[in-house]
Parts: sequence; structure tokens; C-alpha cells
Amino acid sequence: MISYYFITAFVAAMIFWNFWLEKKKVDRMVLYLLVLVPLLLRLLRVK
Amino acid sequence: MTRIKLVLLICLGIMLAISGFQLYRHRHYSVPIVAGPGVTKVVKLSTYLPAIKGTMADTWVFFLEGQEPGGSALILGNTHANEPEGLLAALVMIENAQVEKGTLIIIPQFNHSASRTTRPGDGYPLYFHISTPWGEKRFRLGNRDASPLDQWPDPDVYIHYPERQLLSFIDARNVNRTWPGRPNGLPMEQVTCAAMELIKKEKVDLVVDIHGAETMFPVTNCLVAPEKSAKLATMVSLTVKARENFDSHVEPSPPKFRGLSHREIGDYSEAWPFLLEAPIPFLDQPTGPKTEKFLLDGRDPFLLRLARKNKLFVPYDESGWPMEKRVGQHLSVTQEIWRQYSRRTPERAIIVRGVPRYAEVVEKGVGYYFHDPSSAPREKVYFN
Repeated sequence: MISYYFITAFVAAMIFWNFWLEKKKVDRMVLYLLVLVPLLLRLLRVK
Repeated sequence: MTRIKLVLLICLGIMLAISGFQLYRHRHYSVPIVAGPGVTKVVKLSTYLPAIKGTMADTWVFFLEGQEPGGSALILGNTHANEPEGLLAALVMIENAQVEKGTLIIIPQFNHSASRTTRPGDGYPLYFHISTPWGEKRFRLGNRDASPLDQWPDPDVYIHYPERQLLSFIDARNVNRTWPGRPNGLPMEQVTCAAMELIKKEKVDLVVDIHGAETMFPVTNCLVAPEKSAKLATMVSLTVKARENFDSHVEPSPPKFRGLSHREIGDYSEAWPFLLEAPIPFLDQPTGPKTEKFLLDGRDPFLLRLARKNKLFVPYDESGWPMEKRVGQHLSVTQEIWRQYSRRTPERAIIVRGVPRYAEVVEKGVGYYFHDPSSAPREKVYFN
């Protein structure tokens, strides 16, 4: 199971990186963060 | 642009903190259960399979043993933790039943893990409250499947053991698809395996698995039984219709659909299984918001319009399908199963008193039968 947490962390890091690199479109930034929510909840073991 | 990003990140942090706190509290909230005068022994399910000890899959098992030896019945509530009538019916029995002959074994929260999560995307309330003479009693509203925190990741396809039927991936977390289970399988397979061990070790004659089903689903308001318990189920159905004036028709358990309690318990043990369904409009899809009020009274204007177009499988009017009616039906049908079984096999009879029937629950409400945990002796209160 631990490897799945590593995969989740990797995907979350990629999404955050895309969010950080986005320079123009605010709607895209919001979408990146929304996609990030379930991954962060999983990493924090809340849901 | 950096300022916008920071503002968005702060918003995300606030969102996570609020939702995370609520979900954490829900997962760790425990419901007090007062063991009634009939409870003689309380153990954990892990007694029958130590592999689940200390995990979220473990749950309380209440024994109500009579003075006289007889048969035994196992009652399962919260197999699906978003169908709370099963939990409530089981708790009414634990708090009120007194067994004269035979044994009642009750597991009120069979899928304990599922009761500590919520359904993603459906906007379920996290809790519901039942009015009692001493105040409101609060319960967690769970999900159909176990929490992914306790069993994760899901397989692409769930292969049922031992029949090797291919089932939906999500059913790997559904304890009504993992029967008869295996000791070294997924946590939900271990839960059903522990229950199978209990059934065999305690020589259980009858297993009653209490559920709720959508009004738009054909298998609702019914009693599902495999071949060996079909005759008894028919007698039960006819008797409650004649004596108590409510419908609970018999549905045959499909022999080729594996993993279900009413199929595997019958096939892999001596026990006679029954699965009870009462209509729960809250689970239907074309409804208004999934509020606590809707969960309890079962009233919805969209379902009413569908009922007028004959799109539902149960009668439905402005009065909805309140919780009292659903719990009352389950209590009456369960008692009728014992009664009919006891008539057939007097040496394995199960005689129980103190459990209300349909009309009494509809009149007095479910909360009337719950005892105040704050005034009960501490050793009688169990947290689940």
C-alpha cells in the first residue's frame, strides 16, 4: 500500500508544480487546486 | 500573479482544514450502545478471526442467551452503513430483547469501517439524529462500502473468492459481495470470513441481514431468500401481510450472483439466510437534496411525481417512507422469521420477548426504545 501513497504524492507534486508554473489563466489555477484536494486528503489520511 | 496564487493556496488550506476537521471528527465519533437486560455477553468479531483485531474492520458482537437451550439467530445491521434502518432495528433489539429460549447474536455495525466514512459526491449529511424521551441520539451516517483508508487501493476488477466471478472493483469494499470471505484476503473478506466462523462455531440456524433499497429498484420492500429458506420466507411474507397489513414480498436469491449474504451463507453453512429490504427514498437518484430530514421522513416531491407516473416499485404518497415504518417492518419480519422457524423445529426454537412490532414502532417512534446512556451503568455502555 505504501507504494500507492508514493504515487499519490508524486501526482500531487506534479499538479502543484503545474499550478505554480501557470502564469496567465486563473481558472486553470483553481482547477489544479481542486484536483489536488482529494490527493491531499488521502496523503493526510483524512479521507 | 504570485499574489493570486497565494490567495488561492490560502483558500485551499481553509477548505482542507474545514472539511478535514469535519471528516476526522466523523471518523472518530462513537455511538453509545446500551446493552439491555437480555444481553449476556459482548465480544469482538475478531474473537472468531484474530487477523482483524485492532483494525477498523473489528466490531462488537452482542449475545442474548435464553435460560433454555434452543436455536440461534444472527442479526446483521449496517452491512451497508448508508441504510441506517438495519442499525436502528439491531439496536432496538439489543436494548430491549429478552430471550427465553435459544440465542440471539446481534452485530449492529457489521461494516464498521463503512460507518466511519461518507459517500463521496452525493452530499450526504455526516450524522442523523433520532428523538428519544431523554433527548436526541446522534448516529454517524456512513457509506455503502468500507472506507478507502482501511482498504486501498481498489483492484481493477474484483474477483470473488472462491467462485472467481468477476465483480465491479468497488464491490471489493462491499461486505455484501465478499461472502464467504477468506482469512488471508482483503479486510472486507476477513470480516465476512469472521462472521462465517461465528455462524459455524455458534451453530447459527438463521441469519437475518437487514438493508434498505431504493424505491426505483425492483428488489425493494421484500425478503430475499435462497432455495432452502424460501418456504419459510413465503410464510413470513403472508403472515405479516395478513396480521400487520404491510407488504414484504419474497424475492429468490439468484444462484449465479456470487458474494451476497443470502447466497453464500446458505451455500457454505448450515444456516438459513434471509436479507430484508425496506424502501429508503434517500438512496434514490432523482431526488432533491440529501438532507437529514429526507433520510428520516423519506418525503420527496420528485419521487412523488415519479410515483404518479408509476415509475416506482413501491406505493408512494405525501407521507413518504418514514424511518419508523422501515424499522418497524424489519422488526416485525425478523420476529416472524424466528416464530415460523420455531413452529417448524421446536427443539431449535428461539423465543424472544420485549421487541416491538411494526404498529408499535410506527406509533411510538424508534427513539422511544433507546435508553439514555448517561443514566445507564457504565459497564452496560459500549461505544461503536
